[in-house]
Amino acid sequence: MAYSSEKLSEEKVFKDPVHRYIHVQDRLIWDLIGTREFQRLRRIKQLGTTYLTFHGAEHSRFNHSLGVYEIVRRISDDVFKGRKEWNDDDRLLALCAALLHDLGHGPFSHSFEKVFNLDHENFTKEIILGDTQVNKVLQRAGEDFPRKVEEIIAKTSKNKLVVSLISSQIDADRMDYLQRDAYFTGVSYGHFDMERILRVMRPREDQVVIKQSGMHAVEDYIMSRYQMYWQVYFHPVTRSAEVILTKILHRAKDLYEANYKFKHEPIHFYSLFKGEMTVNDYIKLDEAIILYYFQMWQEEEDDILRDLACRFLDRNLFKYTEFDPAKEYKKLTQLSELFEKAGIDPEYYLVVDSSSDLPYDFYRPGEEEERLPIHLQLKNGDIRELSRESSIVDAISGKRRTDHKLYYPANVIYDDRNHPQIKRQIRELLELE
Amino acid sequence: MLKDHAKIMHAIAASNEIIGRKKLQKMIYIAKKIDYPFHEKFAFHFYGPYSEELTLRIEELCNMGFLNEVREKKGGYFQYRYTLTESGAEFLNLNEVSMPHLEDCLEHMNSQSARFLELVSTVLYFDNLSKEEVAEKIFTLKSKQRYTEEEINQAYEYITQLKHKARTH
Repeated sequence: MAYSSEKLSEEKVFKDPVHRYIHVQDRLIWDLIGTREFQRLRRIKQLGTTYLTFHGAEHSRFNHSLGVYEIVRRISDDVFKGRKEWNDDDRLLALCAALLHDLGHGPFSHSFEKVFNLDHENFTKEIILGDTQVNKVLQRAGEDFPRKVEEIIAKTSKNKLVVSLISSQIDADRMDYLQRDAYFTGVSYGHFDMERILRVMRPREDQVVIKQSGMHAVEDYIMSRYQMYWQVYFHPVTRSAEVILTKILHRAKDLYEANYKFKHEPIHFYSLFKGEMTVNDYIKLDEAIILYYFQMWQEEEDDILRDLACRFLDRNLFKYTEFDPAKEYKKLTQLSELFEKAGIDPEYYLVVDSSSDLPYDFYRPGEEEERLPIHLQLKNGDIRELSRESSIVDAISGKRRTDHKLYYPANVIYDDRNHPQIKRQIRELLELE
Repeated sequence: MLKDHAKIMHAIAASNEIIGRKKLQKMIYIAKKIDYPFHEKFAFHFYGPYSEELTLRIEELCNMGFLNEVREKKGGYFQYRYTLTESGAEFLNLNEVSMPHLEDCLEHMNSQSARFLELVSTVLYFDNLSKEEVAEKIFTLKSKQRYTEEEINQAYEYITQLKHKARTH
């Protein structure tokens, strides 16, 4: 029997708090889950620093990846199977892409990517195509199969239907993370009727569409996504922790470049500092390693690195104030000068952080927008873009919401033992007095 | 602080003006690929490499009053023209950006069509593939654009020229 069609002698199930059970029947999927590169995802949190705000948010990318796989499995096996627009030969391709879509995520990806100019999508590609256990398993399904899976994840495949299952404005990735993140953070947003959405999904030649009767379930999904972004993902306290994390990495990199002698040699960071990160080095990185160095850096001679590491581990985060860059950029320059005068390095201790989200958007010919809209399938088989049918979605379409905050170390600003006058000026500018 | 904003403003100031969102996206992507330190993340979308972060940054700069965005009707659709405002120039003076030879590179790119830059950026996106594989990708993923082999060759030549320009002057 060909490996790609080989089934397990007995179906395996994972107990899951969101989908109840995750079902695995295919040998290939089971083998992929067992690879070291996939197991590594157990050691990377799905929501990075969010656990410092919502203490339940300790779930991993492993949980989420299995969840996305399960949603695609249900769409393929329970909804699309037998429909003429769906090619059953694409089933395994879709399942593998769903399972592996986040494979290249590193620990605290957002901060790492920013500081070291990395791209987790590139690492996903390199892990799938390189000399790895995942690649060996995929190769058994066909020499070209790893490439096909990688192209689905990178959205460079000509199979647009499978791409849209994994990556579009209504895809398995979002449907899993919204529910999972809501469950683990404990918030009441993020819930929507996924069962209903799955039942009304229909395959078309180049994307998944939604039966018109499912429009209200989709509206609910879009609203829950909107709320999750502003209530959970962009929470200002989580962003404060991320600002500090980013600055720790910055400081460590700057010190390395200045030939600083670390008390505890950060050997796992060397290839990052040198910009020579290989896949092998990358997959060794996980949150345990990073937090180990943060522990060690609490004892470093360098005041900034030591302070930032202590702040992160003790959750002694920066405070924040609303900031309007358009009106206040001159104030920012003033503050920066005052910080320097007070001996507080503004590069590390005065940080503007911005969050922005576009809840839904549709394609406007000629405007060079790049989002694939959600399409409804009308009773007569015609296709119509969602916001043209739904007034709720129309009201938020194309409307981006942005939020800027200015972060600073309040305890230092209020400590008048040195530079009291300058600090008073800083507090006045920050409108703290 | 706001350094990434300043870099985008510097790029637009150096180009004098940029017409079209697609062109702007592709120019920054190409500049990034030839090692200019732009930090916006790009992924592959309908027209080739595209950055949501860059779109956001441009919107912010317009809202801040640092960039001027003019919506113009062109044929059956609208396009956007970007220039620096006076307060944008003032901001840029306070936040100097140094990217050697960028101005020449951008000027060179700005004189090309958005269609050609889309091709160049797509070639750069697949720079880990052989030329034959890249051509196959372009014929498959961009069949509507009907690029020819000759144009693909021109894109490769153009990239070589641009890299040379970035290094030396």
